[in-house]
Amino acid sequence: MTAAIDTTGIIASRAHSASRRNRLAWALAAALAVTFALSMYLGDFPIPVSGIIQSLFSPLTGLANRSVDFIVLQVRLPRALLAIASGAAFGLSGIIFQTLLRNPLASPDIIGISRGASAAAVFVIIILGWTGLAVSLGAFAGAVLTALAIYFLAWRNGLTPYRVVLIGIGTDAVLIAAISYIFTRARINEVQQAMSWLVGSLNAARYTDLLVLAAAMAVLIPALIALLRSLDPMELGDDTARALGAPVEPARLGLMLVAVAFAAFATAAVGPVGFVAFVAGPLARALLKGAGRGFLHAALIGALVMLVSDLIAQHMLPATQLPVGVVTGACGAIFLLWLLITSGRSGRVN
Amino acid sequence: MTTLTASAPPRAQKAARLTLGLLLLAMMLAAIAALSLAVGARPIPLETVWRALTAYDATATEHRIIWDLRLPRTVIGLLVGAALGLAGAVLQGATRNPLADPSILGIHAGASLAVVLGVAFFGMTQLSSYVWLAFLGAGGAMLVVYSVASLGREGATPVKLALAGAALSAVMFSVINGILLTSQRTLDEIRFWQVGSLAGRSMDILFQVTPFLIVGAVLALAVARLLDGLSMGDDVARALGQRIGISRALSGLAAVILAGASTAAAGPIAFVGLTVPHVARSITGPGYRWILPYSMLLAPILLLGADVLGRVISPPGEVQVGIVTALIGAPFFIALVRRKKLAAL
Repeated sequence: MTAAIDTTGIIASRAHSASRRNRLAWALAAALAVTFALSMYLGDFPIPVSGIIQSLFSPLTGLANRSVDFIVLQVRLPRALLAIASGAAFGLSGIIFQTLLRNPLASPDIIGISRGASAAAVFVIIILGWTGLAVSLGAFAGAVLTALAIYFLAWRNGLTPYRVVLIGIGTDAVLIAAISYIFTRARINEVQQAMSWLVGSLNAARYTDLLVLAAAMAVLIPALIALLRSLDPMELGDDTARALGAPVEPARLGLMLVAVAFAAFATAAVGPVGFVAFVAGPLARALLKGAGRGFLHAALIGALVMLVSDLIAQHMLPATQLPVGVVTGACGAIFLLWLLITSGRSGRVN
Repeated sequence: MTTLTASAPPRAQKAARLTLGLLLLAMMLAAIAALSLAVGARPIPLETVWRALTAYDATATEHRIIWDLRLPRTVIGLLVGAALGLAGAVLQGATRNPLADPSILGIHAGASLAVVLGVAFFGMTQLSSYVWLAFLGAGGAMLVVYSVASLGREGATPVKLALAGAALSAVMFSVINGILLTSQRTLDEIRFWQVGSLAGRSMDILFQVTPFLIVGAVLALAVARLLDGLSMGDDVARALGQRIGISRALSGLAAVILAGASTAAAGPIAFVGLTVPHVARSITGPGYRWILPYSMLLAPILLLGADVLGRVISPPGEVQVGIVTALIGAPFFIALVRRKKLAAL
């Protein structure tokens, strides 16, 4: 009897969570669509909505208007799509790290993985003189190497969240020193060029970057979904999960690799845009209020944060285009304070 | 009664041993200082160094190198090193946090941010005007980090302090990067200061920061007894009749003065304040009355040693001291984090 009541209760609450999850996902998707439309519309060169729509479909309809098409298809569209893709990748990377390490501060931008990408980019730009896609490749390698270094340094009969975060902070300090050193050795123009890469920017968005990132995500997202299934038994605790035959360690390692890859590809495409990975997970959780893990929602929030921040960065100051990383950094500050204060109140940080 | 008299001689012995240790360190420091005067792009024999110091001859190039370049550099290294060591030890004691350090707690980021703002928006270009900005930034950052970390029920726990410091540093650095991106002039001004270096600092700067360093050092040494109380935990300290709020405020003030002044003079130098107190503690045991003077001598040994090393490892150029200390200090920090005992934090 009681069992029956319990089951209906669980089913009812599951149905309730599911509808909450769905509603939230649709709301976020709608917000993203509106922002996307806005990003097509806003700019120094005013284009009527009909012109934008005509341009967007011109590859199909064959109706061309060269100057409008250039602005819409070569400037605004790749920029907005790259913002959405990289934001989603950062958001996913962040929430995987945060879930696995059970610590909101364990996102790749806080523990130095993005800094590894920056240090590598600065190295290849200034010392090796690379440009373009090669820089992105270098940055990718830097992020992966840094993640490996943190993993091995923090490993000691397993990983504990605080150790990963603190080792990450230490690694970050070394990378900062390395970047500063390279800067003192270079000509100021080279420094300036590398500098814009350091903050993360969409000002030079290209379809090549977008294509690489989209291809990577087409592989990584199915991998993530497959791995997440094996995460379900782990909610019951490692021992129970093992008893149920779940491959706990391989799943964890696999997820970690996927998370590093998301961060590395996104960083390679747009630079180390700070705090997007960091805010997406906690925001998704706060909005879901316990109704599920929120990976999809974190991806949507990451994309939304990136797109909104880039709009602000483009249009806030009249004559200058700020890099998007400056805006996400400032917004991240406010969010971070809130997180530290509220997590302190509930009595724990990790 | 008997136990008291019996325990007295070992204690006196320990004091004598530690005093002897201090003397040895002072001698080591003198030797490294001499090395710092002699070693460089142009090596100068020690007799010439001695003659330059005792019988200055303005026509001799080597004498001029010693007085104009290497002496200011060495003296700044001595003072900045001592200040960083003391600041780190005081911070670790006051926050009961073995990871406390001016860079971990965001003091360096605060100082850097203030200097960047000054250069970018108020056109300050003199190293000497950085002093005040760095102070302002260091103090402000310390205040913010500490208040953020102490919000919530259990107050400023060591891990929360380190996390708040690291996270707020990240925020401040993103603002710094934003400003540097839009202003090449500021970037050019700041990039050499921001590494942390003892080179190219004039006597001017030395005179400017010395009063602060002295006040900070005196204050730090004066709070040693209070730090011993704080290190036993708030409840014990309170039971011993200590007013912990005032103790924390005084030690915090000492740390900010020391870290602010040293950052102003040499730029943000990481890890010296972190590692040195641990070495000192491993020699002296837990009492801050010994840890502080030991840190004060050990830190300039490390800093000047790193500076001398940086001058010779990549000829013909130099590696700035802030980079050498990061390369020495970071592995130490990581080893510290890996130690099991820290899990109890």
